[in-house]
Amino acid sequence: MQASAVPLARPRQGQFRFRLDLLGVVIAALGFAGLFLPFAAFRANRIVPGEGAQLFIALGPVWGVVLLSASLLVLAVALLRTPARLRLAASLSALLLLLVLIGEAGRHLTPEGDALARVSPGSGFWVLLAAFALLAADALSRLALSPLMRIGLVLGLAAVLAAILLSGAWDALSVLREYENRASAFWREAETHVLLAFGSLAAATLVGVPLGMLCHKVRPLRAATLNVLNMVQTIPSIALFGLLIAPLAWVAANVPGASALGVSGIGTAPALVALFAYSLLPVVANTVVGLGAVPRAANDAARGMGMTNWQRLAGVQMPLAFPVILTGIRIVLVQNIGLATIAALIGGGGFGVFVFQGIGQTAMDLVLLGAVPTVILAMGAGIVLDALVELASPQKRGRS
Amino acid sequence: MRPGLVIRLLVLGLLVAFIFAPGAFGWAFAPLNRPNQPPIYTQSSLLRLTLSHLGIVLGAVLAASIVAIGLAIVVTRRAGEDFLPLSRSLANIGQTFPPVAVLALAVPILGFGNGPTFVALFLYGLLPIFENALTGLTATPPAVREAARGMGMTGWQRLVGVELPLALPVILAGVRLSIVISLATATIGSTVAASTLGEVIIAGLLSNNIAFILQGGLIVAVLAVLIYDGLSAIERRLGRRGGAPLPAA
Repeated sequence: MQASAVPLARPRQGQFRFRLDLLGVVIAALGFAGLFLPFAAFRANRIVPGEGAQLFIALGPVWGVVLLSASLLVLAVALLRTPARLRLAASLSALLLLLVLIGEAGRHLTPEGDALARVSPGSGFWVLLAAFALLAADALSRLALSPLMRIGLVLGLAAVLAAILLSGAWDALSVLREYENRASAFWREAETHVLLAFGSLAAATLVGVPLGMLCHKVRPLRAATLNVLNMVQTIPSIALFGLLIAPLAWVAANVPGASALGVSGIGTAPALVALFAYSLLPVVANTVVGLGAVPRAANDAARGMGMTNWQRLAGVQMPLAFPVILTGIRIVLVQNIGLATIAALIGGGGFGVFVFQGIGQTAMDLVLLGAVPTVILAMGAGIVLDALVELASPQKRGRS
Repeated sequence: MRPGLVIRLLVLGLLVAFIFAPGAFGWAFAPLNRPNQPPIYTQSSLLRLTLSHLGIVLGAVLAASIVAIGLAIVVTRRAGEDFLPLSRSLANIGQTFPPVAVLALAVPILGFGNGPTFVALFLYGLLPIFENALTGLTATPPAVREAARGMGMTGWQRLVGVELPLALPVILAGVRLSIVISLATATIGSTVAASTLGEVIIAGLLSNNIAFILQGGLIVAVLAVLIYDGLSAIERRLGRRGGAPLPAA
């Protein structure tokens, strides 16, 4: 696809020539600046403003030299035109080193036996992380990995992250101190978050796909349904969450058995309903578009074979429309993982609990405890579902 | 078209009337509340909040449009080719980043107030516009490009006279999407003390006042629908004038 990214390159044989990579210049400049910014921030307790600690102060001489030289080496790889595989390997190893060493900075900066002191990643760490991640992302997009390899990569990265967390390398960092104080709450909210995002997705798929089929068949219904769903999308999420409190409280009080099922005015129920409402549009619209794009010839052939309407729908139209519907599901899942954080505002739980508590207490590490898992979850879901969409699309598979 | 226009003008009139004189609509919201609750938000004027809300959104989307279209032009030129693959995947992955996370992470740098909201909306608006501009600029038919080159047009002339006008409908669709998303997302900014209509909604959530939640939500939703419609109409007109084939939907 992007194989012709080097338009002016002469045949690359013979002696090795030093040629600059344009993007590499940007990444190297970014990373170089990152080396001079404070690598970690130290605070005497949880709330006071932190003071920055430069690389060598944060890590001590030995690890400081290791990170400095490794970073310079990787930035040099970025700066020059080097093969994508080398760039990927270099950036991934740099990322791993960076992630392990920020934990080391935590141990190094925390005075012995001081339970109040907090160490968090500084701006230098984040800038270096961004530079290496950009390098990795660029190498990956140049390599154009197959969908299965991309899924494998996501799983691999998740495993590495889990290994770092389980090994205790980060235990001295402030974010994990926050986690320690509320480990059980963290997993409870994680469960709620996943339930909110995936539960509403499942409900929207179960309702939205048949509704989309119906809209495909019955023309007048189509415009009306899509217009209504479009309007739902314009209602701000916090308002929709809030507006559902009253009707659900009424249902809980007046419909027998509803409250036994967990329906109540505040909490998870209005959040689930609101997310469901937001999810319907992408699912229904993509089902309609997908079914509409089924080639007439395929339909006619199926009819000619004597297939009934029902058989055509199940055997021809739905399989052909599937990749488009899956794209809708991808949009919904990523959107819901992000929106589920808002549920915390109406007592619906999820990672948003930590984000908003953290904002309220101006405790940034608590915000990170909620925001980082949400971001990782959303990005992971996005990459995996993109790969699945590509796997499901026959045209794309045939072309490559 | 005619009845549609009448309905839209009516809705717009109602919206303006409500924003300027919310007190006159108390009777409509009162039945939602318990008798002792105020039906209309009065802590700060709805007009001021609406203008501030629109200001933040339009400012952020304008800044995002300039940067995104500029970047898209750079990466689709010869000199910027190195950046094309990365910017494509960044635009795709970046959109998975939840707005609340952007907002919360911007607070330590920018403090409470309008700043974090502006940054979050800017970053969040950037990606759809960039993605659409990229699609539009790379979709110029090769024949058209060749013809422009054959006429002896310079690179700059081709960009301004051929590629951008052809890409305009797709770019505008990205801007429109961005505005609608931002209008709704800006309400979340009030959790970090931005003065947007979210303030009304959050006041409603905190004091269990459904009328507040409804009026805040309604103003934002009606604004979004009207702006969306207006921009769609402009796009259709531009599409007709340019004779460019509009993408379906």
